Amino acid sequence: MSVAEAPVARAVVRGSVRGARVREALFRAALLLCIGFAMLALAVLLADVAVDGLPVLSLDFLTSFPSQVFPERSGIQSALVGTLLLMVVCAVFIVPVGTATAIYLEEYADRDRWWNRLIEVNVQNLVAVPSIVYGILGLAFLVRGPLELGRVLLAGALTLGLLVLPVVIIVGREAIRAVPSSIREGSLALGATQWQTIWKQILPGALPGIATGVILALSRAIGETAPLIVVGAAAFARFNPNDLTNDPFSALPIQILAWVQAPQEEFRVLAAGAILVLLALLLVMNAGAIHLRNRYEQRW
Amino acid sequence: MAARPEAATAPGGPRPSLVRGRTRRSVGEHVIKGLLLAAAVLSVATTVGIVVSLLGETIEFFGQVSVGEYLLGTKWTPLSSGEQQSFGVIPLITGTLYLTALGLIVAVPLGLGSAIYLAEYASPRARRVIKPVLEILAGIPTIVLGYFALTFITPVVLQGIFGIDVQIFNALSAGLALGVLILPVVATLADDALRAVPEALREGAFGIGASRRQVVLRVVFPAALSGIVAALVLAASRAIGETVVVLVAGGASANLGIDPRESYQNMAAFIAQTARGDIAVRSVEFLTIFAVGTTLFVMTLILNAISIRFVRRFQQVYE
Amino acid sequence: MGRDDGKDGTMRQVTEPEKERAQAPPPDAVASGGRPRMLAPELGHAAVSGARHATADAGAGEREPLFEIEHLTVRYGGRPAVNDASLDVAERQITALIGASGCGKSTFIRALNRMNDLIPTATVEGTVRYHGQDLYAPEVDPVLVRKRIGMVFQKPNPFPKSIYDNVAFGPRVLGMEGELDGIVERALRRGALWDEVKDRLKHNAFGMSGGQQQRLCIARALATDPDVLLMDEPASALDPISTARIEDLMFELKERVSIVIVTHNMQQAARVSDMTAFFTVNVDETGHRYGEVVEYDETEKVFTNPSDPRTEAYVTGRVG
Repeated sequence: MSVAEAPVARAVVRGSVRGARVREALFRAALLLCIGFAMLALAVLLADVAVDGLPVLSLDFLTSFPSQVFPERSGIQSALVGTLLLMVVCAVFIVPVGTATAIYLEEYADRDRWWNRLIEVNVQNLVAVPSIVYGILGLAFLVRGPLELGRVLLAGALTLGLLVLPVVIIVGREAIRAVPSSIREGSLALGATQWQTIWKQILPGALPGIATGVILALSRAIGETAPLIVVGAAAFARFNPNDLTNDPFSALPIQILAWVQAPQEEFRVLAAGAILVLLALLLVMNAGAIHLRNRYEQRW
Repeated sequence: MAARPEAATAPGGPRPSLVRGRTRRSVGEHVIKGLLLAAAVLSVATTVGIVVSLLGETIEFFGQVSVGEYLLGTKWTPLSSGEQQSFGVIPLITGTLYLTALGLIVAVPLGLGSAIYLAEYASPRARRVIKPVLEILAGIPTIVLGYFALTFITPVVLQGIFGIDVQIFNALSAGLALGVLILPVVATLADDALRAVPEALREGAFGIGASRRQVVLRVVFPAALSGIVAALVLAASRAIGETVVVLVAGGASANLGIDPRESYQNMAAFIAQTARGDIAVRSVEFLTIFAVGTTLFVMTLILNAISIRFVRRFQQVYE
Repeated sequence: MGRDDGKDGTMRQVTEPEKERAQAPPPDAVASGGRPRMLAPELGHAAVSGARHATADAGAGEREPLFEIEHLTVRYGGRPAVNDASLDVAERQITALIGASGCGKSTFIRALNRMNDLIPTATVEGTVRYHGQDLYAPEVDPVLVRKRIGMVFQKPNPFPKSIYDNVAFGPRVLGMEGELDGIVERALRRGALWDEVKDRLKHNAFGMSGGQQQRLCIARALATDPDVLLMDEPASALDPISTARIEDLMFELKERVSIVIVTHNMQQAARVSDMTAFFTVNVDETGHRYGEVVEYDETEKVFTNPSDPRTEAYVTGRVG
């Protein structure tokens, strides 16, 4: 055999064939262990929460208000209502703004202009900013500062909205980009204006993708704790917020945090129960997103 | 067939004008474009807002605390009174880095191992099971991980199984939870990077008789390196900014040491804790929120820039 | 043969022999800066409707051509795709553009309804006049242009909507809500599709075969009653039977709609068109390919007795 082939052949023959197989098997086993750890961690985590929290779940738990004195009479009504309201208000904010930004960047912006490139780079940077910094932003501009809303639900919802807006923009852009240009060209060739093309052809085609992105963004938003801490969501609220711009508000992550950090064991168990409710909510939302994607995904 | 009257070529025949007019429709088009641009500008406004909100108060902070004391001091006790009050941020920074390092020690090998298995060994059916597990793990809210760390990892795993004498709030527990938190980030992004390596490279290596392990370690992994590094940098950035896990499981005091059994605090957890507390809004104690916030923001910005550069390089190789 | 054979191979052509046969020789045919108007080619065609050039304007002035294209050069990112093309297109005819791939035929035809505007790196030099109006004048609205000059693309691109909504899209966008049903039916009849789909107008367009989809796209383009229909290789993605049906369709349509068709299928050009322009592919120093019009004449002449050797090489199959 040639000189070049010899080392390879030698390498193949080197060591016993069994030794090589052992090395392969060991490597593969090590990799499987890694995956196994991840799956184990998830399983143990869910089991721990379930074991602690399931006994606490009841209709009373969902409908009572939390008490700082009586854990056995505590519930998550204010926190759950707060979380749901946050989700709705956040959606009202991010859907138009995120979609509009995505449309602008994909359909109108001329890439050669520096300000359009700036907007693009900006969105990418915002994704990497820690959520607590968004909390500070909300504190400075929404709670205090120019808008001076105070520690109210609207401030919380807008803060969360700013946090997840880049997600909506990025997913929205992908969905719009997925619409083939032949549709765009066909519409324009018929004498439709740019906006008519977008409104009647492109947006309807991109809608399932955008909706999926919005749901994912919202599920990220309602799981966040840090921004709500800084913006001043309350724990142990014994009422639901009626005025979104004036009343204090609570949220599930904040209430969970308060219970986790309570010294008494009885309160910590309540945290587990609230966690289960939060996880269930997230499960429903993500299942909805997957269903939406499978049912309405446009196959071009 | 009779000739259509319009076909007559007499110039000036009735032919609709092609000239752009100030129709309602064209004005509407411009208005729409303006509205869309305004929405897009909001994202820029957010960044500007972050910078402004941080900067103003940070400057005011440095009116009361010298930059030297802040950046070089090794005692962080802003809430103590009188002589004990000190504003050296280094313990917060070391705490942040330490906890991040612990998290990476867990997440990097396990995450990369998972990614390699997913990309190079797993059957399509296995992928369909494992990928969702990683996605679910990625979607777990951080407060849940904090709960898990405090109520399970510390008492059951560390004290129980391993018998380590840890404090209730300790770096080991928080670091482990951080590791579980960022593991899916590492795994998913590294998986993407590995799958982007063209099949032709693998085939060439297999063709000269290399085993799968050798192909993966010597050919595929190095080829995907810049994408993998980008993934690691992103994961580190995530851990650096993590608040609630550290707040719940790590403790409430800044610590300059490296004993994992003690309690530690990072920048984000400090900010959260201080914002929660009952502190006078104009006081220097409150202003620490913004100074530390700026420090954290700058750190993640730098990391993000590094990661983007790696991603760009990684994309270029295969375009 | 008064052919203005520029050294750079650009095309100047036509009709000098036919000029003698013309009923109404344009007063300034040659005096107008050396470019003969092309009128009389219509006369050579038996298929031509007699009414068209029982033109009452015999002697009352020339027939205005549909398009007058002068020195058209389209570049993408500075590099030309079509270089210095000039020709006149007549009304109520089928004009074919042929040539090997990469010779800029598609780019050329897209310049006629401002579709190249959609490509950011595209620049257009030269003039394109439509019924005397400069299409690229700054005050011209491309949207209005495309309402009058329709386009059918190579790959059928129906919208993911019902057949009815596909055809109704153009009229709706124009604001013609009122008689949509009638408009849709007329368009589908003109597109030779009505009988096949009249019972399933609400069905999704994606459920049709390729040939039907393309006829739908033609009907869709006709729904706005355009003056011109540009067709960019409309049958190249279709089977021979569908192709034949579309060719028949074009004959019926040309009585009301002027058609310009790009095709790489020479037999098709020979079958359907009245006039044919041949584009040749040049390669510049950097290896970049671009196209130039080399010959433009009556179809019969181009295919049986071409003037330029390059045309001959192409139509006889020696090249391309």
